[in-house]
Amino acid sequence: MQVTSPVRPPLVTGGKTISDVTTDICKQVEGKPSKMWIIAFTLSVICLIYGSYCLWMTWWEGLGLWGLNKTIGWAWDITNFVWWVGIGHAGTLISAVLLLFRQKWRTSINRAAEAMTIFAVLCAASFILAHMGRPWMAYWALPLPNTFGSLWVNFNSPLVWDVFAISTYLTVSLVFWYVGLIPDFATIRERATGVRRVIYGALSFGWIGSAKHWSRYEAISLVLAGLSTPLVLSVHTIVSMDFATSVIPGWHTTIFPPYFVAGAIFSGFAMVLTLMLITRVVFNLQDYVTIEHVESMNKIIVLTGSIVGIAYITEFFIAWYSGVPYESYAFVNRMTGPYWWAYWSMMTCNVISPQLFWIRSVRRNIKITFVLSIVVNIGMWFERFVIIATSLHRDYLPSSWAMFYPTKYDVGDYLFSFGLFFTLFLLFAKYFPVINMAEVKSILKSSSGKQQDHNH
Amino acid sequence: MEKGKNFVLGIFEDEDVLVHGVEQIRTEGVKIQEVFTPFPVHGLDAALGYKPSNLPIAAFLFGMTGTCLGLTMMIAMMGYDWPMNIGGKPYVPLPDFIPITFETTVLLASLGMVGTFMAICGLGPWNNKPFMFDPRSTDDKFVMVIDLAKNKLNNQQIEMILKNHGAQEVNFKSLN
Repeated sequence: MQVTSPVRPPLVTGGKTISDVTTDICKQVEGKPSKMWIIAFTLSVICLIYGSYCLWMTWWEGLGLWGLNKTIGWAWDITNFVWWVGIGHAGTLISAVLLLFRQKWRTSINRAAEAMTIFAVLCAASFILAHMGRPWMAYWALPLPNTFGSLWVNFNSPLVWDVFAISTYLTVSLVFWYVGLIPDFATIRERATGVRRVIYGALSFGWIGSAKHWSRYEAISLVLAGLSTPLVLSVHTIVSMDFATSVIPGWHTTIFPPYFVAGAIFSGFAMVLTLMLITRVVFNLQDYVTIEHVESMNKIIVLTGSIVGIAYITEFFIAWYSGVPYESYAFVNRMTGPYWWAYWSMMTCNVISPQLFWIRSVRRNIKITFVLSIVVNIGMWFERFVIIATSLHRDYLPSSWAMFYPTKYDVGDYLFSFGLFFTLFLLFAKYFPVINMAEVKSILKSSSGKQQDHNH
Repeated sequence: MEKGKNFVLGIFEDEDVLVHGVEQIRTEGVKIQEVFTPFPVHGLDAALGYKPSNLPIAAFLFGMTGTCLGLTMMIAMMGYDWPMNIGGKPYVPLPDFIPITFETTVLLASLGMVGTFMAICGLGPWNNKPFMFDPRSTDDKFVMVIDLAKNKLNNQQIEMILKNHGAQEVNFKSLN
């Protein structure tokens, strides 16, 4: 039996019964799309179409369309890739790590967060493909004999590790997400008629909810959580090694793995907040995603934001303490060089602004949280830009020092990822149960508002 | 589902009453075929006398397979098939193989375990019209199914026992 402390506020408010949960969540799936949804979907698709045109041109004409030069060979492409992969960390973290820690507030947000994870990883993958220049050769990154001759990929390279890490992460996240969706599809199936019944029937994989199946379902959920927890940490660790194992001053840093993972959780939680704060209002889910949820997530943001802040300061300290002039220059150049504005945007957005969440009234304020969640992701984008572009733009030969100026295609390819992300997320929010009904039902009795009223 | 069978369905509305009821009903000698619930009820599998699932063991075995396959692949490719001299470093640098070995382990463990789960539960997109004793068990009711042929007691006796132990309603269902 689960015991929940009586002093804890209820996780689901409004005195919901089990049946109310079914009705509230299925209503979104069964009803006609709202006007707000149609407007948002149209905008996303327009963004996606324009982005697809830019991406197509990038592929057709080549990477010369981007603002890259011989000094700065990686700029927005890898910045966007790392940014999206980072965002794609919150979903699995929420569902896996918080499951292992028995944090029950995860149940209201894990479904949407996992969906967000999958879509963000897809966006990240689009930049991997784009930055290859010849995306039709992408299979060269797989362990196949080179152009079907005799040479294999180099397994010493972190870029090859990345191929395995990202594809494993995408697959396992997808499986974890879908296993969770099966029982909820069964609920929708039993309420649906006609074609919808056939479609949701197929999606539900014939789930009948017997005690035997639930017992196995619980067993695999726990193991999947146990497997996903080190997986989610490994993914951004390996992404950070793309930089850390190089010899570029500013990249060659041993603290990169934990620093990147903390940053990933930080930006991922911010993105979950941005999306959920909109979704809960549009779909009337205020009783499921409550102020308590927002506050819990803000606590994680202030924790990871502080870890990121300490990492920034540690980098500086080590750059000075190591006595390596190149390393010191790279960091002084970040702060005071031509990209000082990117550096200080990053510092303000990531280190200073989340500290506001130490104040309880700020943590519980929806409007401030919404604004800060966007500010955090702007800051995290700048963090990756600062690490990537400012470490490259002044190399060892002052005559080749350069600046990066994005072109229309840099911007367009970035817009593509936003179009893809929001199109997929809106389709998910409309046609899939946006909250995990089965899990919310299972915590209802121990922690609903109704139960609290009975106790008093 | 086998045809020509008669079932008693006990409908419960509360998970704690259900778990307690299952224990009591089993001690009174009634054989419960299965219980259908809208969400995982903790303690229900123990009350029904189910053993813990062996799926974690399957996951371990699949994971070990992944470890071996990943390592074998890298050692075979870089150590034997086409050894490359990269800065005089060893042909088989085991520390460099750790990340990919880890990924293949996790990949095979998860896919293998979930695949096994799907197979033993008979889940799949082709199974789009499963038989449900009572569709309300995907919404908010807990449905206990008792096969009359496997019990010595008759309808009325079982109904009495179910009602005594918290069933809100008792229905009879014949398959034909």
